[in-house]
Amino acid sequence: MTMQTRTAENGVNVAALLGAREALSQAPEAARFKWRATNKWVKGTHSRATVEGFFGLGGEQSHRRPFEFDSDHPEIFAAEDNGATPVELVLVALAGCLTAGVASVAQKRNIQLNSVQASIEAPMDLQGILGIDPEVRNGFDRIKIHYEIDADASADEIAALVAQSQKRSAVFDVITNPTEVAVTTSKA
Amino acid sequence: MHSRRAGITDVVVIGAGHSGLAMSRVLGERGIQHIVLDRGQVANSWRTERWDSLRLLTPNWLTRLPGYAYQSDDPDGYMSSAQVVDFLAHYAQWAGAPIVSDTTVTRVTQDGAGYLVASTRGDWLCRAVVLATGACNQPCVPRIAQGVPVGVEQLHAQAYRNPEQLAPGRVLIVGGSATGLQLAREIQSSGRPVTLAVGEHVRMPRIYRGRDIQWWLLASGLLDRRIENEDDADRARRVPSPQLMGVRGVTLDLNLLRSEGVEIVGQLAGLRDGQAQFSGSLRNTCMLADLKQNRLLTAIDDWVERRGRSIGIAPAERYAPTAVDAPARLTLNLTAEVRTVLWATGYRPDYSWLHVPTVLDHRGELKHDRGIVAAPGLYVLGLPYLRRRKSSFIHGAEDDARELGAHLVEFLERRESVGRSGTLRRSGCEPALARHAPKHAQAKLQRQ
Repeated sequence: MTMQTRTAENGVNVAALLGAREALSQAPEAARFKWRATNKWVKGTHSRATVEGFFGLGGEQSHRRPFEFDSDHPEIFAAEDNGATPVELVLVALAGCLTAGVASVAQKRNIQLNSVQASIEAPMDLQGILGIDPEVRNGFDRIKIHYEIDADASADEIAALVAQSQKRSAVFDVITNPTEVAVTTSKA
Repeated sequence: MHSRRAGITDVVVIGAGHSGLAMSRVLGERGIQHIVLDRGQVANSWRTERWDSLRLLTPNWLTRLPGYAYQSDDPDGYMSSAQVVDFLAHYAQWAGAPIVSDTTVTRVTQDGAGYLVASTRGDWLCRAVVLATGACNQPCVPRIAQGVPVGVEQLHAQAYRNPEQLAPGRVLIVGGSATGLQLAREIQSSGRPVTLAVGEHVRMPRIYRGRDIQWWLLASGLLDRRIENEDDADRARRVPSPQLMGVRGVTLDLNLLRSEGVEIVGQLAGLRDGQAQFSGSLRNTCMLADLKQNRLLTAIDDWVERRGRSIGIAPAERYAPTAVDAPARLTLNLTAEVRTVLWATGYRPDYSWLHVPTVLDHRGELKHDRGIVAAPGLYVLGLPYLRRRKSSFIHGAEDDARELGAHLVEFLERRESVGRSGTLRRSGCEPALARHAPKHAQAKLQRQ
């Protein structure tokens, strides 16, 4: 029998991630991050968010460049549809987080990914946000994500990638568990 | 300062449970002078901190300590707490363990080249200390427990004895390991409806391919797996106890509880305005447990295949995936719907009496390398996956006690050869120390 040892190439630097994990377990203070975004009203329901700086590893950090995200409502809501709705951006964030996790876990487990496709659907009853029925919540009824993955692994190994990714996902946690939200106001 | 000198000995073992007794036996075999202190009697926590119906998760044939094994007529049964107490008490007597009972250790400090062990019955000077107080000293209750509304009773599994102790009405049980599931089943069948909040958990069949799962774990070498071979030792040590119960042929899992009417919800994530909030991750935690169970069963199947002898072994099996309500409940109004919250959320060791610098980390956890604590002559025994996966089981005590005992003896000899410390002299035990003469094994329990 010939033993083949092939290293998966998913473009994730696992050695660096594991190094960071080791370093941060020794220096818990450096592990305290703060994520930030700003948001500016444009017109109507259209607003533009920017992310650039964040705090971590004991100091201020920044992205390579600022990223902007327009959000708005679709035309059927009598809006101009200048961007995704905020709830769609939540789905974007969840998929982005889980897919990043799938790639990282696959790399760690030496599983070559050929393609990863996720589709997300989240039903919502608008009677909640419109205040028609107080029994209906504002948010999603539930979120369904389906991953279609082509990888050099068994169906169970692929299921385990997606399961482990959820276990370690920040956005999955944010959505599935309650988070204290403090909104304050000041007069400009 | 007033000192109440109780005695001088080479080694003080703290705790007369299975680990402390195993270490005592190993030290005795090597002629090392020692005493075993216990705040109560032998097997104190088995006498005082267990619910009535509790049974060991390991079958009787596997219940053994150095030189001593179960030899009665029910090898496939599972011991009750009272039977564990008997087993350990007989063992202590058979081994002649030098136990000083009803003696609570109040403080351990370094003293010259050795240790001063202060207790409610005076102080012992010794050269080495073995911490055998176990992993289950203090009940863990999450901080959010403060949010349980007034009028809803709450208790930890440590204080639970039987369903009659609980008010009639719904019980929210928090915890998805063996304890949470066993109590959920028992309380549901008492007529009190149960909601069970489960986070990450470990699913295992009681019997697989015709044999107890513990037989497979032992035979295939999984229980002997060493901590140094784990990628992530911390994580391996935090794995919760498998969902098992000591009843022949009964596989305790969420599907069974669900079929008996228990409502399964996600991990308790918050308590707010009298409402319990459950994580929406239940589906995934169940998926993780199902996948892990299948990996374990595949490892067993592969082992059978490699051995090439499957005569008398039932065919491989896979079990139904864990069923989850769609959608699962996310909130529960405690004030209106729940009478009791039962925390099956585990325990943590208590080292508040251990005043030895630098041996505790910033979380108050003991710093040790597979039982060798970061202070010379200090050892710990009986913690989950201390050296091997079986470390915290009764049958797992022997190998660890032998290895740590050998290290300890070498430590004492090294100290001996570089000259004695001024404060410590080799001398006989104080007469006050009860030393039982080894007795012939009881009829039920004989030497291996």
